[in-house]
Amino acid sequence: MANVISDETIEYVGILAKLELSDEEKEAAKKDMASMLDHIDKLNELDTTGVEPMSHVFPVENVMREDVVTNGDGSEATLANAPERKEDAFVVPKTVD
Amino acid sequence: MSLLELTAVELAKEIKAGKTTAVEAMKAVLEQIEKTEETYHCYITIDKEKAMQAAKEAQEKIEAGTLTGPLAGVPVAIKDNLCTKGVVTTCASKILENFVPQYDAEAVVKLQEAGAVMIGKTNMDEFAMGSTTETSAYGVTKNPRNPEHVPGGSSGGSAAAVAADECFFALGSDTGGSIRQPASYCGVVGMKPTYGTVSRYGLVAYGSSLDQIGPLCKDVTDCATIMEVIASHDLKDSTSVERKDTDFTSALVDDVKGMRIGIPKDYFGEGLDPDVKASVLNAVEVLKAKGAIVEEFDLSLVEYAIPTYYTIAAAEASSNLERFDGVKYGYRAKDYEGLHNMYKKTRSEGFGPEVKRRIMLGSFVLSSGYYDAYYLKALRVKALIKKAFDEAFAKYDVIIGPAAPTTAPKLGSSLSDPIKMYLSDIYTISVNLAGLPGMTVPCGTDKNGLPVGMQLIGNCFEEKKLIQTAYTYEQSRKEN
Repeated sequence: MANVISDETIEYVGILAKLELSDEEKEAAKKDMASMLDHIDKLNELDTTGVEPMSHVFPVENVMREDVVTNGDGSEATLANAPERKEDAFVVPKTVD
Repeated sequence: MSLLELTAVELAKEIKAGKTTAVEAMKAVLEQIEKTEETYHCYITIDKEKAMQAAKEAQEKIEAGTLTGPLAGVPVAIKDNLCTKGVVTTCASKILENFVPQYDAEAVVKLQEAGAVMIGKTNMDEFAMGSTTETSAYGVTKNPRNPEHVPGGSSGGSAAAVAADECFFALGSDTGGSIRQPASYCGVVGMKPTYGTVSRYGLVAYGSSLDQIGPLCKDVTDCATIMEVIASHDLKDSTSVERKDTDFTSALVDDVKGMRIGIPKDYFGEGLDPDVKASVLNAVEVLKAKGAIVEEFDLSLVEYAIPTYYTIAAAEASSNLERFDGVKYGYRAKDYEGLHNMYKKTRSEGFGPEVKRRIMLGSFVLSSGYYDAYYLKALRVKALIKKAFDEAFAKYDVIIGPAAPTTAPKLGSSLSDPIKMYLSDIYTISVNLAGLPGMTVPCGTDKNGLPVGMQLIGNCFEEKKLIQTAYTYEQSRKEN
């Protein structure tokens, strides 16, 4: 296996991905990611010098519209899905003292 | 003849002619579900009362002459990653176990306008990440053609529901083959249209630059009819394309004389099951006998499609799935210390292993230091893959190959080795990367009686050539 994923890398990716992995999951993730990156490294066989990265296959342009409200007030239905709400607000754990 | 044997279009005609009703059709489907759903588990959510009520309302409108669409009164199943107003939409994930959308996906609105009546929401791989429908948080779906086998994925519940007559047609979504591969495994027709043809508004995003919604159905006529209904230019989806050529049923023509069909040699090499190969090549012979001009060619770059896809799809997924954090909807962890820990615990408890695997990979390939080497490299290879297809379509109208390298694998045999599972999408994935339309049509069975699907690939905006070719093939099968 060409790619070796260090403990530090898995920690770092866990932070980026906002995932808390158990020790067991971390070991599995190291193995899985290394084998997937080995597979992805196959792309290095191709010379892509001078090839522009293609994000969309057709030219995509920003779609603009007037800044007017066209949908109704959905706040009650939106808040009905909240894990925790207080009146017209979403409740989250305290973040500042 | 049982109502369930009718196609969606045939049923709509019978209802329109007053020979049966939307209510009878819904009853027949719900009775079938009663009989077989325990075995196959095609659905995550079914609300029988709501479905019957909706069928009654549709029938009243049909009788009043206010509902005249081509699918009026026809019961439909919707993949559970399409938002449905007031009906739980889980994406087969624990993290959305209680999410009730306040709006319908645009494709669902279009179906409603055409008169289709929703039965329920179908099972899938969690967030459409998987090829077997085994990564669902709500149990596996079994293949109605042989319940020891998977239905494919990620739209496995939709494909199985069509195969089991638990609906008359279904909607699925296809990011790397998620309509065409399960259609192949379950022996039904499925289409992924050109990127931008069906609005993605209300489709819970996985890989936004690759995702498209499409039909799973009983035959090519249904496919063209459903496509005609759901294709739309939608200002709510900035990648929606304005097309004037969405009269897909006009391509239901039994004629392929002079149609140039390219057979990519690289789709018939190592790893392809001999029975699949034989069935697909037999189907090609049928088209040849009908006057198509068939030629083999080298498509090239096929083995690079999977690594390119997994880099791009994982990158987009890691970004798209950031929104599931336990604040505005869905699951929230019970015990946590502070906001950041709440996010982490919610996501770690809410997502399954395959979703976590792809979010981790995506976060890695987008991280500073690796972005150029992995993500941008994949986008460059994507450009090369598109170019290879452009060159092929300068010579051919339609490319034909298998939809998947094998027939449906046995339940429980795929998840242990992710790379091996990913390989089941080798023939479908590049079509998403290049934004092309692709279609699966059943073309036989293997030695164990499991269905084989033929895949037809067209140039962008050329669904009609696929429909015409597939229709011609289907007609010849009916004749024999």
